[in-house]
Amino acid sequence: MSNNTQTNKSWAEHETILEIKNLHVEYSSDDKPVYAVNGIDLEIKEGQTLALVGETGAGKTSTALAILGLIQQPQGKITQGEIFYEGDDLLKLKDSEMESIRGSVISMIFQDPMTALNPVLSVGDQIAEVITLHEDIDKESAFKKAGQIMEQVGVPGERAAEYPHQFSGGMRQRIVIAIAIACEPRILLADEPTTALDVTIQAQVLDLIRDQIARLNSSMLLITHDLGVVAENANEVAIMYGGEILEKGSLADIFHDRAHPYTIGLFNSLPSFTGEKERLSPIPGHVPDPTQLASGCIFADRCARATEQCHRSKPEVKEISPGHLVKCFFPELKGDAKHE
Amino acid sequence: MSNLVEVNNLYKYFSTKHGTLHAVEDVSFTLEKGQTLGVVGESGCGKSTLGRCVVRLLEPTSGSIVFQGKEVGQLYGSELKSLRREVQMIFQDPFSSLNPRMSIATIIAEPIKINKLKRGKDEIEKRVYELMDLVGLERRLANAYPHELDGGRRQRIGIARALAVEPEFIVCDEPVSALDVSIQAQILNLLEDLQDTLELSYLFITHDMSVVRHISDKLMVMYMGTVVETGSVEDVFKERLHPYTEALMAAIPIPDIDREERSKIIAGEISSPIDPPDACRFANRCKFAQDVCRASSPKLREITPGHQVACHLCEQIRQTGKE
Repeated sequence: MSNNTQTNKSWAEHETILEIKNLHVEYSSDDKPVYAVNGIDLEIKEGQTLALVGETGAGKTSTALAILGLIQQPQGKITQGEIFYEGDDLLKLKDSEMESIRGSVISMIFQDPMTALNPVLSVGDQIAEVITLHEDIDKESAFKKAGQIMEQVGVPGERAAEYPHQFSGGMRQRIVIAIAIACEPRILLADEPTTALDVTIQAQVLDLIRDQIARLNSSMLLITHDLGVVAENANEVAIMYGGEILEKGSLADIFHDRAHPYTIGLFNSLPSFTGEKERLSPIPGHVPDPTQLASGCIFADRCARATEQCHRSKPEVKEISPGHLVKCFFPELKGDAKHE
Repeated sequence: MSNLVEVNNLYKYFSTKHGTLHAVEDVSFTLEKGQTLGVVGESGCGKSTLGRCVVRLLEPTSGSIVFQGKEVGQLYGSELKSLRREVQMIFQDPFSSLNPRMSIATIIAEPIKINKLKRGKDEIEKRVYELMDLVGLERRLANAYPHELDGGRRQRIGIARALAVEPEFIVCDEPVSALDVSIQAQILNLLEDLQDTLELSYLFITHDMSVVRHISDKLMVMYMGTVVETGSVEDVFKERLHPYTEALMAAIPIPDIDREERSKIIAGEISSPIDPPDACRFANRCKFAQDVCRASSPKLREITPGHQVACHLCEQIRQTGKE
């Protein structure tokens, strides 16, 4: 939590552990290609949490699946780009090499604990499975270790022989987390890890995830649509829309000095929890059709600042302050008319 | 002002093979015309069951529901049919609540035809377009099917369908929970505008405290079938009298990085709603709980005018809070 107050500079000082360059992911449906991710660049830093924020269909999950080599073939494919981990392009690794990384060096917490667990295997066996896959260990010891990991995530170890349906939603998500951290990953991809949970349970689970990544000094890519979750858990934020990253920066950049009209619109759409009750200002219009590649800015159709130029050509990414990147011709910079 | 809806001592139990599930326990409230009562709580607190009982999609185990002076449980035949017109429901999931084989126009026209509100193809079509305009659906979509549309537009269809019969009262069961925030704001604004122009009353069921604060006049917090706190939105947000309300609000992550106060965690999870003991339902998670809390279940009582709480220790906790 103390990480929240870190400045942008100290964030930049952290070593990059994973680097995504110009990633494109495409799915085919009824012969029409669906452009899910369209040329994104991201860096995950050592021991830091990067929040990937966006609405349904923004391409967040596809990004995470691409990192793990889990894009469903043949409907989906990575058409361009590189994902570097320790100098290796993960996209060029053999299947067997990727298997040794997946679940151990890089692991994932899925959104829905109902579907992420196997209903016919005991939870202990499911945790032990990852351990035996990546460590030289016999089954019995792996099961014993599974019990210890369960204790770490706040589930009594003696329940290792029970099945997923015997656990509540919050407890199940703890099991999913246990599987993800079983091999002490360096990078944790958490895809909406608390969206399916009630708010009091969400608070418990987020707390647990924070503790575990701090203990392991792991990095995290936290995928979420909830800006409240971002505020309390991330160091850096990337705002994704229509398969592109529109703005990226430190927590302070995004929460105080957001400059992209989409980011500003997203914040303005939120009903306030504490301030004055005012009429909401939604972003007009609807999300772009993912089967069409926009020639101009992906947000232009919904943007009040858009000009003819925005519809015609794609804006370049601008660095408006160190580490704060905006993909917009006309960002709202500090000192402009107050945008809140 | 007279009450449009009055619910008294409503109970809804379900028998399961493990025992009796107490879904709604002794819930009472009133709702005035043009007002919104927000019902908040987490999964399994009974808020949806309550909503369904109120529109009589479920038969309550006991208790009375009075709508416009008439006892809802006593209505049959044509009177029940007219209740069905005046009371409508908007559902959470705009994906499963629309028939995938019907076009948008057919979905919206169906209640008009069933209730014979308009006759003749042209009249019905005119009304369907009116409703589409009212909820902000483009007319060109009249012949489209639900799967062709995004969640926000689908929810607008659900709203148009509910409005087709010119209801007085709408139970909105998590109407924006499945929507993205930018679209959620559009739908909340739409519901507010419709309330103003059509003088609608809403029972607004949600788990989202920011949404409920935004849209409601009065608020009812539920936990395991019981109402733990109720009052005006201003009062409840100003002073949370029940430890559960406090915990619920404290657990919400706020999109503000300068807040000193971080989410506070309450331990534990809800206990079983099957044959619960006569005790405060929240006692096993409550940091203030004492023997009295485990010995009997607290009744709602008024602490300040209009602001009620079901907590044995309310005065004590308020006192310690002030010190």
